[in-house]
Amino acid sequence: MLGRSANGIFWLFRYLERAENTARLIEAGFRMALTRDTRDAQDEWRSVIVTLGLQGAYEAKFGLDYAGPQVFNFVLRDKDNPGNVLAMVEGARQNARMVRTGITREVWETVNESWMRLKELLARPVTDARLGLVIDTIRRQSTEVRGAMEGTMLRNDIYNFARMGTFIERADNTARILDVKYYVLLPSLSYVGSSLDNVQWENVLRSLAGERAYRWLNAGRMEARGIAEFLILDGRFPRSLAFCYGKLQSNLAHLAREYGAHTPAHDILNAAAARLQGITIESIFEQGLHQFIGDFIATNSRLGAQIQRDYRFTE
Amino acid sequence: MNNSSPSSYDEMVDADGAVRPAYAGYRQWFEEQPPDLLRRKGSEAEAFFRRTGITFNVYGNEDAEERLIPFDMVPRIITAHQWRKLSRGIEQRVRALNAFLHDLYHRQEIVRSGRLPARLLKGNEAFLAQMAGFTPPGGVYTHIVGIDLVRTDEDEFMVLEDNARTPSGVSYMLENRETMMAMFPELFTRVRVREVSDYPRRLARSLAACAPPAARGHKPVVAVLTPGIYNSAYFEHAFLADQMGAELVEGSDLRVENGRIAMRTTRGWQPIDVIYRRVDDEYLDPLSFNPSSVLGVAGIMDVYRAGGVTIANAPGTGIADDKAIYSFMPEIVEFYTGEKPILKNVPTWRCSEPDALKYVLDNLADLVVKEVHGSGGYGMLIGPTSSKKEIAAFEIKLRARPDNYIAQPTLSLSTVPILTKAGLAPRHVDLRPFVLVSPNGIDITPGGLTRVALKKGSLVVNSSQGGGTKDSWVLDD
Repeated sequence: MLGRSANGIFWLFRYLERAENTARLIEAGFRMALTRDTRDAQDEWRSVIVTLGLQGAYEAKFGLDYAGPQVFNFVLRDKDNPGNVLAMVEGARQNARMVRTGITREVWETVNESWMRLKELLARPVTDARLGLVIDTIRRQSTEVRGAMEGTMLRNDIYNFARMGTFIERADNTARILDVKYYVLLPSLSYVGSSLDNVQWENVLRSLAGERAYRWLNAGRMEARGIAEFLILDGRFPRSLAFCYGKLQSNLAHLAREYGAHTPAHDILNAAAARLQGITIESIFEQGLHQFIGDFIATNSRLGAQIQRDYRFTE
Repeated sequence: MNNSSPSSYDEMVDADGAVRPAYAGYRQWFEEQPPDLLRRKGSEAEAFFRRTGITFNVYGNEDAEERLIPFDMVPRIITAHQWRKLSRGIEQRVRALNAFLHDLYHRQEIVRSGRLPARLLKGNEAFLAQMAGFTPPGGVYTHIVGIDLVRTDEDEFMVLEDNARTPSGVSYMLENRETMMAMFPELFTRVRVREVSDYPRRLARSLAACAPPAARGHKPVVAVLTPGIYNSAYFEHAFLADQMGAELVEGSDLRVENGRIAMRTTRGWQPIDVIYRRVDDEYLDPLSFNPSSVLGVAGIMDVYRAGGVTIANAPGTGIADDKAIYSFMPEIVEFYTGEKPILKNVPTWRCSEPDALKYVLDNLADLVVKEVHGSGGYGMLIGPTSSKKEIAAFEIKLRARPDNYIAQPTLSLSTVPILTKAGLAPRHVDLRPFVLVSPNGIDITPGGLTRVALKKGSLVVNSSQGGGTKDSWVLDD
């Protein structure tokens, strides 16, 4: 396949994944804000903006006013935010159009249709009342595209580049949420069992679609260390760092088999995956959760760049 | 002349309102349908097109970045008998076009014999000196040709235009049929229509048969070269590449390597044997043509001339689309085939000739005047529908550069009904059949693309100017 097509499909799935995760983050922020007084709600919205790396752009436009609808409209559709969700979905569709010959009709149509739906939904400002529908549509589109892909795409290099885009992005998003919220999970700061903690922990889980899974696995017992372990190391949870890296290993292994060659990206990945497999949550807390997450984000982004180089995404 | 005059030949009904044989089966089916069925299906079809992304970009129209070409659900139907005659004429014309191009870039016998004035080539940008003395692999110049035909009577199809450069629209031919079969499956069990869906396979085979010497010993690698997603025909480029199982490449994916054109793949640089390019000559090679082009490949012309790659269509075929050259097609056909042309040209005045110019100037209000290098319906005057002011403005341009124009009568183009709010109503149509040329022969897909002027009385069918399309049927015997 063309290097340019590999780039297109990789970014198509990164954008879709990012749009979905952003929607989830807004949803969690919105829910949190509903249960807080105005100041705490604004704090919550600020942390959403920080997690998305938009603090500079946002404050340049609105200063320190973090009113909910202002925040989520900025994230979803504001033209002053070039990384708004509509732009992501447009970027995804643009890439899908470019790699049209590499994806099935089903995948293309799903991407195209969800772009049409979202474009319409986001044509005017989103109100509190409409936010649920918008979030739902964004989440649904990712699900539909994934479904179309699972059901119709050949399991060849194209598929593996698509999956690598998904998991590099997802690992990055999970890590970024942990990076901003790590203090919530630090044992020293938590008042075990207090209702405030419960709400905050649940919010971290919710922004990663993990609240039900975690409760189910832990019989409802909320506890900082367990949550961190679940989000970082539990290979059963599809948004954990360990899960994403397990998948990436099998995607890159597939490429090595199909192409008959290992590349430097394999080395970066194997080292990072071995680190995740050989570590316990205790030693993560010992070396510092924040430090650990920071290192992970840097490695993950190095891995993404190396894949793009190894497979000649660009000239 | 009144363009919607009842004197136009209607392909569905005769002057007495009786249904012609070609439409008998369709009309019977139509009468049995509930009145609002077709309109309902119409919006279904539009949603289908939007979802599948069958769109069309119009340059200079920023709002409508991607627009749909309107699709009309009433098919345009041609009988097996009419088609046989038509395809004989098309084959003859395409054979002549290829022989003509070969001659132009070699000994120019047609010029020497005095049948074609040398001035038509001199200074003509479409005539490429870089092609002189070179024969493309397999001797094929026009791998894909679209012949634009208009019908004026039961048995009279005339050639309006030859598209030897890069004819587009074949994806609409294919998608229109897919749509019709999806919307009205039972109709196709009642009326036997000849298949068009194997066009991409035939195109792939035809292109592979023109592989260059460098491809000997392996299955030829074919790629479609597109200017990119902002090109108005991008959908078609992607569609054809997809259907052929070929790579869709852009100039930035390609470079010259070891005397071949290679594409940057995830495994390294891989040579391409045949490039079906949808990039104009001018942008093909910054070293040979427009130096600022980023759409092509630097050095591709050298590789081409050394037998390292096949370019389809060959560079320099655009000269055959020139409307001044067109006016000589009857002579050209006869010169190379030794036969009388089966398909007539539309009568054409060359404004470069003083007598013709005088006639054209005296009759501007009744004529269609076109630029010799123009395409897409731009830069032309349609006398009967233009205001006095527009005609006067055009006259100034014409007088300043008469050799830049030809003129033709406004023909009473045939009509085919379209579905309007008030029911079926006749609209003018043309037809573009698609022709593949390889050393193995000339292959014409039955039917082609019917373009239809959606405005009552209008003769402009170009999609860039609000025309629509129809599914085109050739009936099976």
